[in-house]
Amino acid sequence: MLKHYETVIIFSPILGEEDVKKSVSRYIKLLTDQGATITEERNWGLKQLAYPIKGKSNGIYYITEYAAPTASVLKLETEFRRDENVIRFLTTSLDKFGIEYNDRRRAGLTGTSKKRKEPKQEVITVKEEA
Amino acid sequence: MAAKTDIKYLTASKLIQHRKKYCFFKKSGIKYIDYKDPEFLKTFLNEQGKILPRRLTGTSLKYQRKLSQAIKRSRQLALLPYVTDLMK
Repeated sequence: MLKHYETVIIFSPILGEEDVKKSVSRYIKLLTDQGATITEERNWGLKQLAYPIKGKSNGIYYITEYAAPTASVLKLETEFRRDENVIRFLTTSLDKFGIEYNDRRRAGLTGTSKKRKEPKQEVITVKEEA
Repeated sequence: MAAKTDIKYLTASKLIQHRKKYCFFKKSGIKYIDYKDPEFLKTFLNEQGKILPRRLTGTSLKYQRKLSQAIKRSRQLALLPYVTDLMK
């Protein structure tokens, strides 16, 4: 039975962009091999951690959303535990409201608080030198 | 001996009417609370990063449960601190 999940992975900040892509593609292959369908994957970028984890104060956040058979999540998480570069991960199952919310977010209707506030329109007036 | 007028002010006056509190999530029709949005969740925390009680925020029980779940997930992902001073 397929169920909707969302996983946030925090990678060690030492990793380069290529390394992150490489390890993420490995995890995604592991999921798709077991019959999962990936709906979204995006890099959230380097962020400041609210408290140090494993002596690190930054982390690269990566978000994936997928529908997968329930047994495959366990396998994925054991892989995370083996990986030294993954400093934290969290898998949550999405209910119908969560799926709806993510669809809306992808369509650009809602988002994080910072993005929701529209930036002030700056009127740029160029003074021409006489 | 206290006069009758003095005693009147010792008991709390019942005349002060409080503004009606309401559940933010019910009112604005939010069904899913996103744990990846720490800036929004901060509105339900005090300065030490503790979750504010329902009696202060007016959140309904159903959404208080979902809210605390979201805040705890957010803490796990180091988006919100577990303990802090002067968060805002």
